[in-house]
Amino acid sequence: MVAAARAISGKLTGFVAGDDFWRGVVAIAAFLIFWEAGSRSHAWFGFSFPWVSQVPAPTAVLQAMFRLVQEPSFWNSTFLSTLRVFEGFFAAMLIGIPLGLAMAVSRTFFGISFPVFEVLRPIPPLAWVPASIIFWPTQELSIAFVTFLGAFFTIVINVIGGARAIDVRYFQAARSMGSSTWDIFRRIILPGTLPSIVVGATVGVGITWAVVVAAEMISGGGSAGSMGGAAGGGLGFFIWNSYVGGSYTQIVAGMISIGIAGYASSAALRKIGNLMTPWLSEN
Amino acid sequence: MVATNVSKSYGAGEFTKQVVQNCSFTIESGKLTVMIGPSGCGKSTLIRLLAGFERASSGTITIGGKPVTGPGLDRMVVFQESALFPWMSTYDNIMFGPRARGEDTPEMRSFAELLLQKVGLDGFRRKYPSQLSGGMQRRAELARSMINKPDVMILDEPFRGLDAMTKRLMQEYYANLYEEFRRTTFFVTTDIDEAIYLADRILIMTNIPTQVRTVIDVDLPRPRHIEDITENDAANAIKMKALGLLHEEAMKSFAGGSKAAADFIDAYSRRMVKG
Ligand SMILES: Nc1ncnc2c1ncn2[C@@H]1O[C@H](COP(=O)(O)OP(=O)(O)O)[C@@H](O)[C@H]1O
Ligand SMILES: [Mg+2]
Repeated sequence: MVAAARAISGKLTGFVAGDDFWRGVVAIAAFLIFWEAGSRSHAWFGFSFPWVSQVPAPTAVLQAMFRLVQEPSFWNSTFLSTLRVFEGFFAAMLIGIPLGLAMAVSRTFFGISFPVFEVLRPIPPLAWVPASIIFWPTQELSIAFVTFLGAFFTIVINVIGGARAIDVRYFQAARSMGSSTWDIFRRIILPGTLPSIVVGATVGVGITWAVVVAAEMISGGGSAGSMGGAAGGGLGFFIWNSYVGGSYTQIVAGMISIGIAGYASSAALRKIGNLMTPWLSEN
Repeated sequence: MVATNVSKSYGAGEFTKQVVQNCSFTIESGKLTVMIGPSGCGKSTLIRLLAGFERASSGTITIGGKPVTGPGLDRMVVFQESALFPWMSTYDNIMFGPRARGEDTPEMRSFAELLLQKVGLDGFRRKYPSQLSGGMQRRAELARSMINKPDVMILDEPFRGLDAMTKRLMQEYYANLYEEFRRTTFFVTTDIDEAIYLADRILIMTNIPTQVRTVIDVDLPRPRHIEDITENDAANAIKMKALGLLHEEAMKSFAGGSKAAADFIDAYSRRMVKG
Protein backbone atom coordinates (compact mmCIF):
# COMPACT_ATOMS: atom_id res chain seq x y z
CA MET A 1 0.00 0.00 0.00
CA VAL A 2 2.72 2.40 1.01
CA ALA A 3 4.66 1.54 -2.10
CA ALA A 4 1.56 2.02 -4.22
CA ALA A 5 0.80 5.39 -2.62
CA ARG A 6 4.37 6.46 -3.16
CA ALA A 7 4.26 5.36 -6.77
CA ILE A 8 1.06 7.30 -7.38
CA SER A 9 2.25 10.45 -5.65
CA GLY A 10 5.52 10.07 -7.49
CA LYS A 11 3.66 9.87 -10.77
CA LEU A 12 1.59 12.91 -9.82
CA THR A 13 4.59 15.04 -8.82
CA GLY A 14 6.31 13.84 -11.92
CA PHE A 15 3.35 14.94 -13.97
CA VAL A 16 2.82 18.31 -12.27
CA ALA A 17 6.47 19.22 -12.38
CA GLY A 18 7.22 17.41 -15.62
CA ASP A 19 7.51 18.69 -19.18
CA ASP A 20 4.17 17.21 -20.19
CA PHE A 21 2.33 19.24 -17.60
CA TRP A 22 3.89 22.52 -18.68
CA ARG A 23 3.41 21.74 -22.34
CA GLY A 24 -0.27 21.18 -21.56
CA VAL A 25 -0.55 24.47 -19.66
CA VAL A 26 1.15 26.41 -22.42
CA ALA A 27 -0.96 24.77 -25.11
CA ILE A 28 -4.24 25.53 -23.35
CA ALA A 29 -3.17 29.10 -22.59
CA ALA A 30 -2.13 29.64 -26.21
CA PHE A 31 -5.42 28.20 -27.38
CA LEU A 32 -7.42 30.52 -25.12
CA ILE A 33 -5.41 33.58 -26.14
CA PHE A 34 -5.82 32.76 -29.81
CA TRP A 35 -9.52 32.21 -29.28
CA GLU A 36 -9.94 35.48 -27.33
CA ALA A 37 -7.95 37.43 -29.91
CA GLY A 38 -9.84 35.80 -32.76
CA SER A 39 -13.24 36.59 -31.30
CA ARG A 40 -12.31 40.16 -30.56
CA SER A 41 -10.26 40.63 -33.71
CA HIS A 42 -12.64 43.24 -35.08
CA ALA A 43 -12.38 45.39 -31.95
CA TRP A 44 -8.67 44.78 -31.37
CA PHE A 45 -7.16 44.72 -34.87
CA GLY A 46 -9.86 46.39 -36.92
CA PHE A 47 -10.51 43.39 -39.14
CA SER A 48 -12.33 40.10 -38.55
CA PHE A 49 -10.52 36.77 -38.51
CA PRO A 50 -12.43 34.27 -40.58
CA TRP A 51 -14.56 31.76 -38.59
CA VAL A 52 -13.17 32.48 -35.08
CA SER A 53 -14.56 35.99 -35.08
CA GLN A 54 -18.04 34.48 -35.11
CA VAL A 55 -17.36 32.57 -31.88
CA PRO A 56 -17.96 34.27 -28.54
CA ALA A 57 -14.77 35.02 -26.63
CA PRO A 58 -13.74 32.79 -23.72
CA THR A 59 -14.14 35.65 -21.26
CA ALA A 60 -17.68 36.21 -22.47
CA VAL A 61 -18.42 32.50 -22.21
CA LEU A 62 -17.04 32.50 -18.70
CA GLN A 63 -19.35 35.35 -17.78
CA ALA A 64 -22.29 33.49 -19.27
CA MET A 65 -21.39 30.41 -17.26
CA PHE A 66 -21.20 32.49 -14.11
CA ARG A 67 -24.70 33.70 -14.75
CA LEU A 68 -25.94 30.23 -15.67
CA VAL A 69 -24.76 28.43 -12.58
CA GLN A 70 -26.93 30.76 -10.55
CA GLU A 71 -30.03 29.88 -12.53
CA PRO A 72 -32.14 26.93 -11.34
CA SER A 73 -33.37 26.28 -14.89
CA PHE A 74 -29.82 25.55 -16.05
CA TRP A 75 -29.39 23.03 -13.28
CA ASN A 76 -32.75 21.61 -14.12
CA SER A 77 -31.58 21.07 -17.69
CA THR A 78 -28.36 19.48 -16.54
CA PHE A 79 -30.30 17.29 -14.17
CA LEU A 80 -32.74 16.19 -16.88
CA SER A 81 -29.97 15.25 -19.31
CA THR A 82 -28.05 13.45 -16.59
CA LEU A 83 -31.17 11.56 -15.63
CA ARG A 84 -31.79 10.50 -19.24
CA VAL A 85 -28.16 9.49 -19.65
CA PHE A 86 -28.29 7.32 -16.57
CA GLU A 87 -31.69 5.84 -17.35
CA GLY A 88 -30.50 4.83 -20.78
CA PHE A 89 -27.11 3.76 -19.54
CA PHE A 90 -28.40 1.61 -16.69
CA ALA A 91 -30.99 0.02 -18.92
CA ALA A 92 -28.18 -0.75 -21.39
CA MET A 93 -26.09 -2.32 -18.62
CA LEU A 94 -29.02 -4.22 -17.19
CA ILE A 95 -29.99 -5.75 -20.52
CA GLY A 96 -26.62 -5.65 -22.30
CA ILE A 97 -24.49 -7.52 -19.75
CA PRO A 98 -26.75 -10.59 -19.38
CA LEU A 99 -27.37 -10.62 -23.12
CA GLY A 100 -23.66 -10.41 -23.92
CA LEU A 101 -22.87 -13.15 -21.40
CA ALA A 102 -25.61 -15.38 -22.79
CA MET A 103 -24.31 -14.83 -26.31
CA ALA A 104 -20.77 -15.65 -25.22
CA VAL A 105 -21.73 -18.75 -23.27
CA SER A 106 -24.35 -20.38 -25.47
CA ARG A 107 -23.49 -21.27 -29.02
CA THR A 108 -27.15 -21.79 -29.88
CA PHE A 109 -28.25 -18.47 -28.47
CA PHE A 110 -25.35 -16.77 -30.22
CA GLY A 111 -26.33 -18.33 -33.52
CA ILE A 112 -29.88 -17.04 -33.16
CA SER A 113 -29.23 -13.56 -31.82
CA PHE A 114 -25.96 -12.43 -33.32
CA PRO A 115 -27.16 -11.95 -36.93
CA VAL A 116 -30.03 -9.74 -35.74
CA PHE A 117 -27.66 -7.91 -33.45
CA GLU A 118 -25.16 -7.31 -36.25
CA VAL A 119 -27.83 -5.94 -38.57
CA LEU A 120 -29.09 -3.50 -35.96
CA ARG A 121 -25.70 -2.48 -34.61
CA PRO A 122 -24.47 -0.32 -37.52
CA ILE A 123 -27.65 1.80 -37.46
CA PRO A 124 -26.64 5.06 -35.75
CA PRO A 125 -28.71 5.65 -32.59
CA LEU A 126 -29.89 8.99 -33.97
CA ALA A 127 -31.45 7.28 -36.96
CA TRP A 128 -33.81 5.71 -34.43
CA VAL A 129 -35.14 9.05 -33.21
CA PRO A 130 -38.16 9.44 -35.52
CA ALA A 131 -39.14 5.79 -35.18
CA SER A 132 -38.84 5.84 -31.43
CA ILE A 133 -40.90 9.04 -31.17
CA ILE A 134 -43.61 7.21 -33.09
CA PHE A 135 -43.40 3.96 -31.15
CA TRP A 136 -42.92 5.14 -27.58
CA PRO A 137 -45.89 6.73 -25.82
CA THR A 138 -43.98 9.70 -24.38
CA GLN A 139 -41.13 11.90 -25.64
CA GLU A 140 -39.30 11.14 -22.43
CA LEU A 141 -39.31 7.41 -23.17
CA SER A 142 -38.25 7.88 -26.76
CA ILE A 143 -35.23 9.95 -25.72
CA ALA A 144 -34.31 7.43 -23.06
CA PHE A 145 -34.62 4.64 -25.62
CA VAL A 146 -32.28 6.31 -28.09
CA THR A 147 -29.86 6.98 -25.25
CA PHE A 148 -30.11 3.32 -24.30
CA LEU A 149 -29.17 2.27 -27.83
CA GLY A 150 -26.08 4.46 -27.74
CA ALA A 151 -24.58 2.47 -24.88
CA PHE A 152 -26.24 -0.89 -25.49
CA PHE A 153 -24.32 -2.13 -28.54
CA THR A 154 -20.94 -1.06 -27.18
CA ILE A 155 -21.60 -2.83 -23.90
CA VAL A 156 -22.81 -6.05 -25.54
CA ILE A 157 -19.86 -6.20 -27.94
CA ASN A 158 -17.42 -5.67 -25.09
CA VAL A 159 -19.03 -8.32 -22.93
CA ILE A 160 -18.97 -10.90 -25.72
CA GLY A 161 -15.37 -10.07 -26.57
CA GLY A 162 -14.29 -10.13 -22.94
CA ALA A 163 -15.96 -13.43 -22.13
CA ARG A 164 -14.60 -15.04 -25.27
CA ALA A 165 -11.06 -13.89 -24.54
CA ILE A 166 -10.90 -15.71 -21.19
CA ASP A 167 -7.98 -18.14 -21.32
CA VAL A 168 -9.20 -21.70 -21.88
CA ARG A 169 -6.75 -22.90 -19.21
CA TYR A 170 -8.84 -21.18 -16.53
CA PHE A 171 -11.80 -23.30 -17.53
CA GLN A 172 -9.69 -26.44 -17.62
CA ALA A 173 -8.19 -25.68 -14.24
CA ALA A 174 -11.58 -24.90 -12.69
CA ARG A 175 -13.17 -27.98 -14.15
CA SER A 176 -10.37 -30.24 -13.00
CA MET A 177 -10.77 -28.87 -9.46
CA GLY A 178 -14.42 -29.85 -9.42
CA SER A 179 -16.24 -26.66 -10.45
CA SER A 180 -19.82 -26.98 -11.57
CA THR A 181 -21.06 -25.02 -14.58
CA TRP A 182 -22.64 -22.44 -12.30
CA ASP A 183 -19.44 -22.16 -10.25
CA ILE A 184 -17.44 -21.61 -13.43
CA PHE A 185 -19.87 -18.94 -14.51
CA ARG A 186 -19.79 -17.17 -11.16
CA ARG A 187 -16.08 -17.42 -10.36
CA ILE A 188 -14.42 -17.53 -13.79
CA ILE A 189 -16.62 -16.02 -16.49
CA LEU A 190 -18.03 -13.15 -14.43
CA PRO A 191 -14.77 -11.82 -12.96
CA GLY A 192 -12.95 -12.65 -16.20
CA THR A 193 -15.37 -10.47 -18.15
CA LEU A 194 -15.48 -7.66 -15.61
CA PRO A 195 -12.56 -5.65 -17.08
CA SER A 196 -14.27 -5.62 -20.47
CA ILE A 197 -17.57 -4.63 -18.88
CA VAL A 198 -15.81 -1.67 -17.29
CA VAL A 199 -14.32 -0.66 -20.64
CA GLY A 200 -17.70 -1.04 -22.36
CA ALA A 201 -19.41 1.03 -19.67
CA THR A 202 -16.81 3.81 -19.78
CA VAL A 203 -16.97 4.09 -23.56
CA GLY A 204 -20.74 3.58 -23.55
CA VAL A 205 -21.47 6.43 -21.16
CA GLY A 206 -19.52 8.80 -23.42
CA ILE A 207 -21.61 7.76 -26.41
CA THR A 208 -24.71 8.17 -24.27
CA TRP A 209 -23.92 11.84 -23.68
CA ALA A 210 -23.39 12.43 -27.37
CA VAL A 211 -26.67 10.76 -28.16
CA VAL A 212 -28.84 12.34 -25.46
CA VAL A 213 -27.91 15.86 -26.53
CA ALA A 214 -28.72 15.24 -30.18
CA ALA A 215 -31.94 13.42 -29.29
CA GLU A 216 -33.05 16.35 -27.16
CA MET A 217 -32.38 18.76 -30.00
CA ILE A 218 -34.26 16.72 -32.54
CA SER A 219 -37.23 15.81 -30.41
CA GLY A 220 -37.71 19.29 -29.00
CA GLY A 221 -36.58 18.68 -25.47
CA GLY A 222 -38.90 15.93 -24.37
CA SER A 223 -41.87 16.49 -22.08
CA ALA A 224 -40.55 19.65 -20.47
CA GLY A 225 -39.65 21.12 -23.83
CA SER A 226 -42.95 20.40 -25.45
CA MET A 227 -44.69 22.03 -22.52
CA GLY A 228 -42.94 25.18 -23.54
CA GLY A 229 -40.38 25.46 -20.75
CA ALA A 230 -37.49 27.08 -22.57
CA ALA A 231 -34.75 25.81 -20.29
CA GLY A 232 -36.37 22.66 -18.92
CA GLY A 233 -35.69 20.29 -21.79
CA GLY A 234 -32.18 19.11 -21.03
CA LEU A 235 -28.82 20.49 -22.11
CA GLY A 236 -29.36 19.60 -25.77
CA PHE A 237 -32.57 21.55 -25.85
CA PHE A 238 -30.92 24.31 -23.87
CA ILE A 239 -28.25 24.70 -26.56
CA TRP A 240 -30.80 24.56 -29.33
CA ASN A 241 -32.93 27.12 -27.56
CA SER A 242 -29.93 29.40 -27.07
CA TYR A 243 -29.26 29.12 -30.78
CA VAL A 244 -32.83 29.98 -31.66
CA GLY A 245 -32.72 32.86 -29.21
CA GLY A 246 -29.42 34.09 -30.62
CA SER A 247 -27.48 33.75 -27.37
CA TYR A 248 -24.16 32.51 -28.69
CA THR A 249 -22.32 32.69 -25.39
CA GLN A 250 -24.91 30.33 -23.92
CA ILE A 251 -24.41 27.89 -26.76
CA VAL A 252 -20.73 27.58 -25.96
CA ALA A 253 -21.42 27.53 -22.22
CA GLY A 254 -23.86 24.66 -22.80
CA MET A 255 -21.29 22.81 -24.90
CA ILE A 256 -18.70 23.16 -22.19
CA SER A 257 -21.19 21.92 -19.58
CA ILE A 258 -21.76 18.79 -21.62
CA GLY A 259 -18.04 18.29 -21.97
CA ILE A 260 -17.63 18.51 -18.22
CA ALA A 261 -20.61 16.26 -17.52
CA GLY A 262 -19.37 13.64 -20.01
CA TYR A 263 -15.89 13.72 -18.56
CA ALA A 264 -17.21 13.45 -15.00
CA SER A 265 -19.38 10.43 -15.92
CA SER A 266 -16.50 8.60 -17.58
CA ALA A 267 -14.14 9.43 -14.72
CA ALA A 268 -16.67 8.22 -12.15
CA LEU A 269 -17.17 4.97 -14.04
CA ARG A 270 -13.44 4.45 -14.38
CA LYS A 271 -13.10 4.98 -10.66
CA ILE A 272 -15.85 2.49 -9.87
CA GLY A 273 -14.38 0.12 -12.41
CA ASN A 274 -10.96 0.30 -10.77
CA LEU A 275 -12.52 -0.48 -7.41
CA MET A 276 -14.28 -3.49 -8.89
CA THR A 277 -11.17 -4.86 -10.61
CA PRO A 278 -8.46 -4.36 -7.97
CA TRP A 279 -6.30 -7.11 -9.50
CA LEU A 280 -5.62 -4.91 -12.52
CA SER A 281 -4.44 -1.81 -10.70
CA GLU A 282 -2.67 -2.83 -7.47
CA ASN A 283 0.86 -3.43 -8.55
CA MET B 1 -2.15 -44.77 -13.94
CA VAL B 2 -1.48 -46.70 -17.14
CA ALA B 3 -1.25 -45.62 -20.78
CA THR B 4 -1.50 -48.44 -23.31
CA ASN B 5 -0.71 -48.02 -27.03
CA VAL B 6 -1.87 -44.43 -26.96
CA SER B 7 -1.81 -42.53 -30.25
CA LYS B 8 -2.89 -39.00 -30.98
CA SER B 9 -3.02 -37.14 -34.25
CA TYR B 10 -4.36 -33.74 -35.20
CA GLY B 11 -6.01 -32.70 -38.44
CA ALA B 12 -7.40 -34.93 -41.15
CA GLY B 13 -6.51 -36.28 -44.59
CA GLU B 14 -3.13 -35.29 -45.91
CA PHE B 15 -2.79 -32.66 -43.19
CA THR B 16 -2.83 -35.29 -40.44
CA LYS B 17 -0.11 -34.73 -37.90
CA GLN B 18 0.81 -37.75 -35.82
CA VAL B 19 2.03 -36.43 -32.44
CA VAL B 20 1.88 -39.48 -30.18
CA GLN B 21 2.30 -42.98 -31.56
CA ASN B 22 1.76 -46.30 -29.81
CA CYS B 23 2.92 -44.90 -26.52
CA SER B 24 2.74 -47.07 -23.40
CA PHE B 25 3.91 -46.37 -19.87
CA THR B 26 2.92 -46.64 -16.22
CA ILE B 27 2.81 -43.93 -13.61
CA GLU B 28 3.51 -46.00 -10.52
CA SER B 29 1.60 -45.09 -7.42
CA GLY B 30 3.50 -43.31 -4.65
CA LYS B 31 6.36 -42.55 -7.04
CA LEU B 32 7.58 -39.55 -8.91
CA THR B 33 7.76 -40.37 -12.60
CA VAL B 34 9.58 -37.83 -14.74
CA MET B 35 9.06 -37.67 -18.49
CA ILE B 36 11.86 -36.08 -20.46
CA GLY B 37 12.01 -35.56 -24.18
CA PRO B 38 13.02 -33.06 -26.86
CA SER B 39 11.02 -29.87 -27.18
CA GLY B 40 7.94 -30.26 -29.35
CA CYS B 41 7.96 -34.07 -29.22
CA GLY B 42 4.43 -34.25 -27.85
CA LYS B 43 4.78 -34.16 -24.07
CA SER B 44 2.13 -31.52 -23.50
CA THR B 45 -0.17 -33.39 -25.85
CA LEU B 46 0.25 -36.51 -23.72
CA ILE B 47 -0.54 -34.46 -20.62
CA ARG B 48 -3.78 -33.22 -22.12
CA LEU B 49 -4.71 -36.84 -22.80
CA LEU B 50 -3.85 -37.94 -19.27
CA ALA B 51 -5.78 -35.00 -17.84
CA GLY B 52 -8.76 -35.90 -19.98
CA PHE B 53 -8.97 -32.51 -21.71
CA GLU B 54 -8.57 -34.32 -25.03
CA ARG B 55 -9.28 -37.88 -26.16
CA ALA B 56 -6.66 -40.20 -27.63
CA SER B 57 -7.09 -41.18 -31.29
CA SER B 58 -6.50 -44.76 -30.21
CA GLY B 59 -5.26 -46.70 -27.21
CA THR B 60 -6.41 -46.49 -23.61
CA ILE B 61 -5.55 -44.55 -20.49
CA THR B 62 -6.68 -45.92 -17.15
CA ILE B 63 -6.43 -44.68 -13.60
CA GLY B 64 -6.78 -47.30 -10.87
CA GLY B 65 -8.11 -49.65 -13.55
CA LYS B 66 -10.90 -47.28 -14.69
CA PRO B 67 -10.64 -45.64 -18.12
CA VAL B 68 -10.11 -41.88 -18.30
CA THR B 69 -12.98 -40.25 -20.17
CA GLY B 70 -12.62 -36.63 -19.10
CA PRO B 71 -11.13 -34.36 -16.46
CA GLY B 72 -11.58 -35.66 -12.94
CA LEU B 73 -10.85 -34.85 -9.34
CA ASP B 74 -8.47 -37.81 -9.19
CA ARG B 75 -5.95 -35.97 -11.40
CA MET B 76 -4.64 -32.44 -11.04
CA VAL B 77 -2.64 -30.63 -13.70
CA VAL B 78 -0.16 -27.81 -13.19
CA PHE B 79 0.50 -26.13 -16.51
CA GLN B 80 3.65 -24.92 -18.18
CA GLU B 81 2.62 -21.29 -17.73
CA SER B 82 0.83 -20.11 -14.65
CA ALA B 83 -2.93 -20.50 -14.83
CA LEU B 84 -3.68 -18.90 -11.48
CA PHE B 85 -6.91 -16.92 -11.61
CA PRO B 86 -5.76 -13.30 -11.92
CA TRP B 87 -8.85 -11.95 -10.12
CA MET B 88 -8.27 -13.97 -6.96
CA SER B 89 -5.76 -13.48 -4.17
CA THR B 90 -3.18 -16.20 -3.45
CA TYR B 91 -5.35 -17.55 -0.64
CA ASP B 92 -8.54 -17.55 -2.71
CA ASN B 93 -6.68 -19.28 -5.52
CA ILE B 94 -5.52 -22.01 -3.17
CA MET B 95 -9.00 -22.41 -1.71
CA PHE B 96 -10.59 -22.54 -5.16
CA GLY B 97 -10.90 -26.32 -5.35
CA PRO B 98 -12.34 -26.87 -1.87
CA ARG B 99 -14.87 -24.06 -2.39
CA ALA B 100 -15.84 -25.42 -5.80
CA ARG B 101 -16.79 -28.66 -4.10
CA GLY B 102 -18.47 -26.98 -1.13
CA GLU B 103 -15.66 -27.99 1.24
CA ASP B 104 -14.78 -24.63 2.78
CA THR B 105 -14.25 -26.39 6.10
CA PRO B 106 -11.93 -25.59 9.04
CA GLU B 107 -9.79 -28.62 8.10
CA MET B 108 -9.37 -27.36 4.55
CA ARG B 109 -8.56 -23.87 5.78
CA SER B 110 -5.85 -25.17 8.05
CA PHE B 111 -4.50 -27.32 5.22
CA ALA B 112 -4.38 -24.16 3.13
CA GLU B 113 -2.41 -22.49 5.93
CA LEU B 114 0.04 -25.39 6.03
CA LEU B 115 0.50 -25.26 2.26
CA LEU B 116 0.96 -21.48 2.29
CA GLN B 117 3.83 -22.00 4.73
CA LYS B 118 5.28 -24.97 2.84
CA VAL B 119 5.53 -22.97 -0.37
CA GLY B 120 6.75 -19.84 1.44
CA LEU B 121 3.81 -17.62 0.56
CA ASP B 122 2.44 -16.97 4.03
CA GLY B 123 3.08 -13.25 3.73
CA PHE B 124 1.59 -13.05 0.25
CA ARG B 125 -1.84 -14.53 0.87
CA ARG B 126 -3.68 -11.32 0.00
CA LYS B 127 -1.65 -10.55 -3.12
CA TYR B 128 -2.97 -11.03 -6.62
CA PRO B 129 -0.99 -13.23 -9.04
CA SER B 130 0.22 -10.18 -10.97
CA GLN B 131 1.88 -8.98 -7.77
CA LEU B 132 3.85 -12.22 -7.35
CA SER B 133 7.14 -13.11 -9.01
CA GLY B 134 7.21 -15.94 -11.53
CA GLY B 135 8.56 -18.40 -8.98
CA MET B 136 5.92 -17.43 -6.41
CA GLN B 137 3.20 -17.95 -8.96
CA ARG B 138 4.37 -21.49 -9.65
CA ARG B 139 4.49 -22.19 -5.93
CA ALA B 140 0.99 -20.82 -5.43
CA GLU B 141 -0.14 -23.05 -8.25
CA LEU B 142 1.52 -26.09 -6.71
CA ALA B 143 -0.32 -25.35 -3.47
CA ARG B 144 -3.60 -24.81 -5.31
CA SER B 145 -3.25 -28.29 -6.83
CA MET B 146 -1.97 -30.06 -3.73
CA ILE B 147 -4.92 -28.96 -1.59
CA ASN B 148 -7.22 -31.12 -3.70
CA LYS B 149 -5.29 -34.24 -2.68
CA PRO B 150 -5.49 -35.79 -6.14
CA ASP B 151 -4.53 -39.42 -6.66
CA VAL B 152 -2.12 -38.26 -9.37
CA MET B 153 -0.40 -34.89 -9.70
CA ILE B 154 0.51 -33.99 -13.28
CA LEU B 155 3.04 -31.21 -13.85
CA ASP B 156 3.96 -29.89 -17.30
CA GLU B 157 7.36 -28.18 -17.21
CA PRO B 158 6.31 -26.23 -14.13
CA PHE B 159 9.67 -24.46 -13.72
CA ARG B 160 10.28 -23.60 -17.34
CA GLY B 161 11.15 -20.00 -18.01
CA LEU B 162 12.39 -19.24 -14.50
CA ASP B 163 15.88 -17.89 -14.02
CA ALA B 164 18.53 -20.36 -12.82
CA MET B 165 18.50 -19.26 -9.16
CA THR B 166 14.72 -19.30 -8.86
CA LYS B 167 14.51 -22.59 -10.67
CA ARG B 168 16.88 -24.26 -8.26
CA LEU B 169 14.95 -22.88 -5.31
CA MET B 170 11.73 -24.17 -6.83
CA GLN B 171 13.20 -27.62 -7.30
CA GLU B 172 14.13 -27.69 -3.62
CA TYR B 173 10.68 -26.48 -2.54
CA TYR B 174 9.13 -29.04 -4.78
CA ALA B 175 11.32 -31.94 -3.61
CA ASN B 176 10.36 -31.05 -0.04
CA LEU B 177 6.68 -31.00 -0.87
CA TYR B 178 6.95 -34.33 -2.62
CA GLU B 179 8.93 -35.97 0.14
CA GLU B 180 6.40 -34.71 2.69
CA PHE B 181 3.22 -35.86 0.96
CA ARG B 182 4.46 -38.62 -1.39
CA ARG B 183 1.67 -38.12 -3.84
CA THR B 184 1.82 -40.07 -7.11
CA THR B 185 3.33 -37.60 -9.53
CA PHE B 186 3.93 -37.29 -13.25
CA PHE B 187 6.45 -34.55 -13.94
CA VAL B 188 7.37 -33.39 -17.43
CA THR B 189 10.61 -31.55 -18.09
CA THR B 190 13.34 -30.98 -20.66
CA ASP B 191 16.01 -30.49 -17.99
CA ILE B 192 18.05 -33.63 -17.26
CA ASP B 193 19.47 -32.36 -13.95
CA GLU B 194 15.98 -31.56 -12.73
CA ALA B 195 14.81 -35.00 -13.83
CA ILE B 196 17.55 -36.84 -11.93
CA TYR B 197 17.19 -34.71 -8.80
CA LEU B 198 13.44 -35.31 -8.56
CA ALA B 199 12.69 -38.66 -10.19
CA ASP B 200 12.12 -42.17 -8.95
CA ARG B 201 11.76 -43.21 -12.58
CA ILE B 202 12.64 -41.38 -15.77
CA LEU B 203 10.82 -41.99 -19.05
CA ILE B 204 12.95 -40.90 -21.98
CA MET B 205 10.80 -40.05 -24.97
CA THR B 206 11.53 -40.32 -28.67
CA ASN B 207 11.08 -37.41 -31.01
CA ILE B 208 7.72 -36.69 -32.60
CA PRO B 209 5.58 -38.85 -33.03
CA THR B 210 6.57 -39.65 -29.49
CA GLN B 211 6.70 -42.88 -27.53
CA VAL B 212 8.78 -44.12 -24.62
CA ARG B 213 12.30 -44.88 -25.70
CA THR B 214 13.80 -46.01 -22.40
CA VAL B 215 12.87 -46.15 -18.73
CA ILE B 216 15.60 -45.46 -16.20
CA ASP B 217 15.14 -46.12 -12.49
CA VAL B 218 16.72 -43.55 -10.22
CA ASP B 219 17.26 -45.14 -6.83
CA LEU B 220 19.18 -42.38 -5.16
CA PRO B 221 18.30 -42.06 -1.46
CA ARG B 222 15.90 -39.35 -0.26
CA PRO B 223 15.95 -36.65 0.96
CA ARG B 224 18.25 -35.60 -1.86
CA HIS B 225 20.44 -32.53 -2.11
CA ILE B 226 21.25 -30.83 -5.35
CA GLU B 227 24.98 -30.55 -4.45
CA ASP B 228 25.25 -34.30 -3.80
CA ILE B 229 23.63 -35.16 -7.09
CA THR B 230 26.28 -33.37 -9.12
CA GLU B 231 29.00 -35.40 -7.39
CA ASN B 232 27.20 -38.72 -7.19
CA ASP B 233 28.65 -41.35 -9.58
CA ALA B 234 25.38 -43.20 -10.07
CA ALA B 235 23.64 -39.92 -10.86
CA ASN B 236 26.33 -39.00 -13.35
CA ALA B 237 26.10 -42.37 -15.04
CA ILE B 238 22.35 -41.87 -15.47
CA LYS B 239 22.96 -38.41 -16.79
CA MET B 240 25.46 -39.60 -19.43
CA LYS B 241 23.14 -42.34 -20.59
CA ALA B 242 20.10 -40.06 -20.73
CA LEU B 243 22.00 -37.31 -22.51
CA GLY B 244 23.21 -39.74 -25.15
CA LEU B 245 19.68 -40.88 -25.90
CA LEU B 246 18.27 -37.37 -25.85
CA HIS B 247 20.99 -36.21 -28.19
CA GLU B 248 20.05 -38.89 -30.69
CA GLU B 249 16.41 -37.87 -30.53
CA ALA B 250 17.22 -34.21 -30.84
CA MET B 251 19.31 -34.97 -33.95
CA LYS B 252 16.32 -36.62 -35.54
CA SER B 253 14.40 -33.41 -35.10
CA PHE B 254 17.06 -31.43 -36.91
CA ALA B 255 17.19 -33.93 -39.73
CA GLY B 256 13.42 -33.82 -39.96
CA GLY B 257 13.23 -36.50 -42.66
CA SER B 258 15.71 -34.86 -44.99
CA LYS B 259 18.42 -37.30 -46.05
CA ALA B 260 20.85 -34.53 -46.93
CA ALA B 261 20.45 -32.91 -43.53
CA ALA B 262 20.84 -36.26 -41.79
CA ASP B 263 24.06 -36.97 -43.69
CA PHE B 264 25.34 -33.54 -42.91
CA ILE B 265 24.67 -33.93 -39.20
CA ASP B 266 26.18 -37.40 -39.25
CA ALA B 267 29.35 -36.22 -40.94
CA TYR B 268 29.53 -33.22 -38.70
CA SER B 269 29.21 -35.21 -35.48
CA ARG B 270 31.87 -37.68 -36.69
CA ARG B 271 34.28 -34.86 -37.29
CA MET B 272 33.46 -33.50 -33.82
CA VAL B 273 34.28 -36.88 -32.25
CA LYS B 274 37.62 -37.11 -34.07
CA GLY B 275 38.39 -33.67 -32.72
N1 LIG C 1 -4.11 -28.84 -31.12
C1 LIG C 1 -3.12 -29.13 -31.97
N2 LIG C 1 -3.32 -29.14 -33.29
C2 LIG C 1 -2.31 -29.43 -34.15
N3 LIG C 1 -1.08 -29.70 -33.77
C3 LIG C 1 -0.80 -29.72 -32.47
C4 LIG C 1 -1.79 -29.42 -31.49
N4 LIG C 1 -1.23 -29.50 -30.27
C5 LIG C 1 0.05 -29.82 -30.49
N5 LIG C 1 0.32 -29.95 -31.79
C6 LIG C 1 1.61 -30.30 -32.36
O1 LIG C 1 2.16 -31.34 -31.62
C7 LIG C 1 3.55 -31.17 -31.48
C8 LIG C 1 3.96 -31.40 -30.06
O2 LIG C 1 3.47 -30.38 -29.24
P1 LIG C 1 3.59 -30.45 -27.66
O3 LIG C 1 2.80 -31.60 -27.16
O4 LIG C 1 3.21 -29.12 -27.13
O5 LIG C 1 5.14 -30.71 -27.45
P2 LIG C 1 6.04 -30.57 -26.13
O6 LIG C 1 5.17 -30.30 -24.97
O7 LIG C 1 6.76 -31.87 -26.04
O8 LIG C 1 7.01 -29.46 -26.39
C9 LIG C 1 3.88 -29.79 -31.99
O9 LIG C 1 4.58 -29.94 -33.20
C10 LIG C 1 2.57 -29.15 -32.26
O10 LIG C 1 2.62 -28.42 -33.44
MG1 LIG D 1 5.13 -28.69 -23.71
